[in-house]
Amino acid sequence: MTAIDIKATPRVSAGLGAWQRLMINRNWIAAWFMLPAAAFLILFLAYPLGLGIWMSFTDIRIGRGGAFVGLENYEWLYEDGVFWLSVFNTLLYTLVASAIKFVLGLYLALLLNRHMPFKAMIRAAVLIPFIVPTVLSAIAFWWIYDSQFSIISWSLRHMGLIKQNINFLGDSDWARASVIIANIWRGVPFVAITLLAGLQTVSPSLYEAATLDGATNWQRFRFITYPLLTPIIAVVMTFSVLFTFTDFQLIWALTRGGPVNATHLMATLSYQRGILSGRLGEGAAIATAMIPFLVAAIMISWFGMQRRKWQQGENND
Amino acid sequence: MASVKIQDVRKSFGGFEVLHGVTVPIEDGEFVVLVGPSGCGKSTLLRMLAGLENITSGTISIGERIVNDVQPKERDIAMVFQNYALYPHMTVAQNMGFSLKLRKENSAEIDKLVNRAADILGLRNLLDRYPRQLSGGQRQRVAMGRAIVRDPQVFLFDEPLSNLDAKLRVAMRTEIKELHQRLKTTTVYVTHDQIEAMTMADKIVVMHDGIVEQMGAPLELYDHPDNKFVAGFIGSPAMNFLEGTLVGGEMPYVETANGSRLPLAASRAGLDGKPVVYGIRPEHLEFADDGVEAEVIVVEPTGSETQIVARIGKQDLIAVIRDRRAVKPGDRVKLRPVARAAHVFDKENGKRLIN
Repeated sequence: MTAIDIKATPRVSAGLGAWQRLMINRNWIAAWFMLPAAAFLILFLAYPLGLGIWMSFTDIRIGRGGAFVGLENYEWLYEDGVFWLSVFNTLLYTLVASAIKFVLGLYLALLLNRHMPFKAMIRAAVLIPFIVPTVLSAIAFWWIYDSQFSIISWSLRHMGLIKQNINFLGDSDWARASVIIANIWRGVPFVAITLLAGLQTVSPSLYEAATLDGATNWQRFRFITYPLLTPIIAVVMTFSVLFTFTDFQLIWALTRGGPVNATHLMATLSYQRGILSGRLGEGAAIATAMIPFLVAAIMISWFGMQRRKWQQGENND
Repeated sequence: MASVKIQDVRKSFGGFEVLHGVTVPIEDGEFVVLVGPSGCGKSTLLRMLAGLENITSGTISIGERIVNDVQPKERDIAMVFQNYALYPHMTVAQNMGFSLKLRKENSAEIDKLVNRAADILGLRNLLDRYPRQLSGGQRQRVAMGRAIVRDPQVFLFDEPLSNLDAKLRVAMRTEIKELHQRLKTTTVYVTHDQIEAMTMADKIVVMHDGIVEQMGAPLELYDHPDNKFVAGFIGSPAMNFLEGTLVGGEMPYVETANGSRLPLAASRAGLDGKPVVYGIRPEHLEFADDGVEAEVIVVEPTGSETQIVARIGKQDLIAVIRDRRAVKPGDRVKLRPVARAAHVFDKENGKRLIN
């Protein structure tokens, strides 16, 4: 079809009007075909994003239109200790959870990449935390962390390690650790399965060659597996960081940002201020304040890890 | 450099035996080619030699040392893989120097050895490239460079030329042979291509279904194949086989089902009347008035010679004729096998009976 177009165009188009020429121009045809997808993206991504940013410059409330107030919302937030606490919480939550998810996920991927009995079943089982609805797993964690009925406290008490129940969700530090652990539990399968897919693209003969070259297990990981995995690590960790940074469900179901805002993330604070308190403009400003962090995360992954010279060399064969 | 002894080696994968007691002595500095159809166990044997597969029973020794339980890296061997197995994230120099780096050589020494190997293989101006930026032949050379740099006791090659196009394959064949003549390192080379085996080997080991069918110098195998399998495997176009019955006497011959008489130079007593397979190589058929009558089916001129597919009775055979003679499909010609070059194999077990 393409070949026919190329040959037919110059000869036929001479006798056609401008509109008809446009209809058979290959670039325009490409544009036509992209239009539906572009419409969806504009309607459901670009427009809400733009609207959110615009709202952050107004004093709009639920049920009442707002007026442009410039940077007033941001000035308020700048003075607001709770906002800065949520920024700190979000960074802590993202950095600690992502780092541990990466280490555990990579370790799990390396384990799952070995030959073992019931391989397919074990691999499927690893995905369970990922497929359980977030709220459902949050409720399960809620029980695990319950101040009275916590199975962890119960076990430790019976082992004689503690005298009193641990107040997992009532104490600031415990609460932060608890939500981070819940997030890790949920996020590890995604990292592990994606890295496993990456591991399986590494040719076994590279390991054999390295073995003959005298590499130990650790050296094989260090010099072969890890460097070959960096592109996929960059992608999966970018996603993991983005998901963790914008996490809302888990926190909201477990702690609602408590105790004393100790687990408030920017997303939950934005929801609380914007929807529950009705101050849409302020909520939008908090949400908008997340954008620079997210862009920075993407930039780091893009420039730091994905652009590998050895992947880009032109093929001469 | 070292000799290698493969002594009654067996290999089973989950109870299924793929190598049934293989014994191959390899001299110091010898170029040995393991050749056979796919699935014959040649690659498995090579991988056992490298230490990438366990040895089920039997022993493999390199030099004086039995290496059955020696780690691959302690065996002092280097291997060139079929897909080259170059590390994609390392430059040519890093690929070649990797084993030295692991051995904790200092970088000046690594550079020296890498540069020396690069000079031998003409890779000097490619050292900073990544494998992706190289052509197939260049990658092949880097893979060899990686082996040379280590100066091992034994080189192992696992079908190293099968990913190259035909012309490059011929060039690399020469290059590898020349390299061997220069370095004189004991080499074990696996291929399914009998031309590679013939042209490169000091000694060919023909394998089939997990056993060694025959081993020896290339021309010895060509001229005196032990059995029908080796006879058919070595040589291209392959040897012609015609079934018939042996008739002894002053002028022994093999008589085919349609009554054609295929001449023999000599026979042995006690074989009279035995059902046999008569083997004759395409170049040992010639036009002659007292030859066997055949119908020409296809004529394939290659320039230097002409291959003629002819039919005797119900059996097809290929003749390679050097003189340019106008034959065309459908012609009836008379072909005479050269009696002293004929082979006779037992029809039942394929073993050589005569010649």
